[in-house]
Amino acid sequence: MASVFDILLTVSFWAAAVRIATPLIFGVLGALLCEKSGVLNLGIEGIMTVGAMSGWLAVYAGADLWTGVVVAAFMGALFGLLLSFFTVTLGLSQHVSGLGVTMLATSAAYFTYRVILPNVDTPPRIVPFQPLDIPVLSSIPFLGPVLFQQTALTLLAFVLVGVLAWFLAKTPLGLAVRAVGENPSAVEAQGLNVLWLRTGAVVAGSAIMAIGGAFLTMSAFDAFFFEMVAGRGWICIALTVFASWKPGKALFAAILFGAFDAFQVRLQQVVGAFLPSQIFLMIPYILSIVALVVWSRRASYPKALMIPYVRGQR
Amino acid sequence: MMRLEPRTAPSPLLIYGAPVLAAVISLVLAAIPLLAAGVNVFQAYGVMISGALGSQFALTEVVARATPLILTGLAAAIAFRAKLFNIGAEGQLYIGALAAVAIGSGRFDGPAPLMILGICIAGAVAGALMMLGPTVLKVKLGADEVVTTLLLNFIVALFVQMMIEGPMKDPMSMGWPQSEPILDSATLPKLIDKTRVHAGLIIAILAAIGTEILMRRTVPGFRIRAVGASPAAARFAGMSVTKTMLLVGALSGAFAGLAGVGEVAGLKGYLTNDLSPGYGYAGIVVAMLAGLSPIGVIAAAFFVAAVFVGADSMSRAMTVSSYIANLIVALGLLSVLLSGVLTRYRIRWSLPARGRAS
Repeated sequence: MASVFDILLTVSFWAAAVRIATPLIFGVLGALLCEKSGVLNLGIEGIMTVGAMSGWLAVYAGADLWTGVVVAAFMGALFGLLLSFFTVTLGLSQHVSGLGVTMLATSAAYFTYRVILPNVDTPPRIVPFQPLDIPVLSSIPFLGPVLFQQTALTLLAFVLVGVLAWFLAKTPLGLAVRAVGENPSAVEAQGLNVLWLRTGAVVAGSAIMAIGGAFLTMSAFDAFFFEMVAGRGWICIALTVFASWKPGKALFAAILFGAFDAFQVRLQQVVGAFLPSQIFLMIPYILSIVALVVWSRRASYPKALMIPYVRGQR
Repeated sequence: MMRLEPRTAPSPLLIYGAPVLAAVISLVLAAIPLLAAGVNVFQAYGVMISGALGSQFALTEVVARATPLILTGLAAAIAFRAKLFNIGAEGQLYIGALAAVAIGSGRFDGPAPLMILGICIAGAVAGALMMLGPTVLKVKLGADEVVTTLLLNFIVALFVQMMIEGPMKDPMSMGWPQSEPILDSATLPKLIDKTRVHAGLIIAILAAIGTEILMRRTVPGFRIRAVGASPAAARFAGMSVTKTMLLVGALSGAFAGLAGVGEVAGLKGYLTNDLSPGYGYAGIVVAMLAGLSPIGVIAAAFFVAAVFVGADSMSRAMTVSSYIANLIVALGLLSVLLSGVLTRYRIRWSLPARGRAS
């Protein structure tokens, strides 16, 4: 068994953990931005699927990689706009609307893929983002290869953690977004528009989630597969609670989760002969439930989360 | 500016017309992806309607598909009534089917009525237990049941895969991952010969009628409605919210489990990992189309089944992806939310007041 735990000290293990964590970092950041403003975004699973498909498709059609990322973010924002129309403008059930958006976004992505590529057996490939070699940073022992010999999208995720933390904590708009998730009436009394603030947060959050999906097809893999998002969106919703809606903790939560997932893969290689592979594949989902359950109790949810705001009503 | 003004008393026409309106909206919106795919929309819908309703085979196929949808629709309807958002019907369906196979594929044998009763109880109990977990986590620890039930769907899918590749694999299956077949004595009889319509339909309709009576005429049904309307008020009135939630969770899971029993013991005969083409998720759409009314679920299930069957034959005839069925069903869910707004509110248009930007 000693060999199993030696894995934890290797560079390749932690590099894999960060790679697995990257789509989750985007997903959790997007989800927490929406939830901070008071909207539970259950469209996340479908929005990540749309991001994965549209980003890949743009590149497959000849666009360069960064254009693909922009396309993915834009498509995510569109579905975010749809969700905010239902949940913010009309104030409908965030649970049911979110599921509706997930179902619509997922089937729209699959349908579009099949319309454009009706009869392909092996999904066509693109040239994905390549690992970077940043002059000084990448040559730091251990941390260099783990954090900086990743693709540009992983670095974008790191940057986004800082930007979002700064935005929420230090900017007036960030304060307004947080306030609108805690006490929308007070925000309205300040002369700010609750509906616009929430819509903005949901649209921006959805764009971020979609980039997480695009990471799958444009960095982790080089093609689009059906059901490739595989519950990562739902895992992000659970991790958002675990991260107490803080961008820094979201980064920590995602990497911790990535480490468990990477460990599960390596454990499978060591003891896979004795146990069915499905046992190991279940681990990420079970861990997410455990994380949600353990932290739900002490979680300080945004107070107006899931409460629609109707002007002039208390 | 658009403003929503609550209606004091929506007319019956609006209440019963809303789901029909939703169905129409979703079909109209589905024309957009069809057009984008370069399909003649009118021809496509023509094929779809004749594919769903145009022949005896088509009609029996709709009935066969409606059977599990009634049960998963009930699973969602009763849970949503109590504001318990069970999105795990897909997983509960598979666990129910797995339990039916565990009992009904040779470990026990007996007279047919006893065996059928046995697999139904096993499937219902398995589904109920599957949903009791998330329900307890919700009422005791405040863990969002949407997330836990969704994640459980993935866990169950892997568990089923593991069982049919391992301990429950049929040694005669030439290596295919599938369970041993259900015994003849445990097979649900066909209602119409040479079709796929089986006795599960009777179970489903009885379940819908039973739930309607439960909700309307009994004390537990009243409690379920009260807890759904306002948990705080229900608690204040001396009701146990926890007990009511557990009852709802168990019933909801049991219905979904029964759907799995019907699919495996009435149709397929053995368990594979593609037993359900998303009946659990489609059940949510069924329940919402039915306005969470148990009897309404029957009608809504037939509609959604017709969409599935019709879209299938349309996608074959017009060579357009069969994901069009999922698209229409997803549009149906969003449209029913929209048409619900129209029944509860009237829309007032007014010009924005100048100088007061809002």
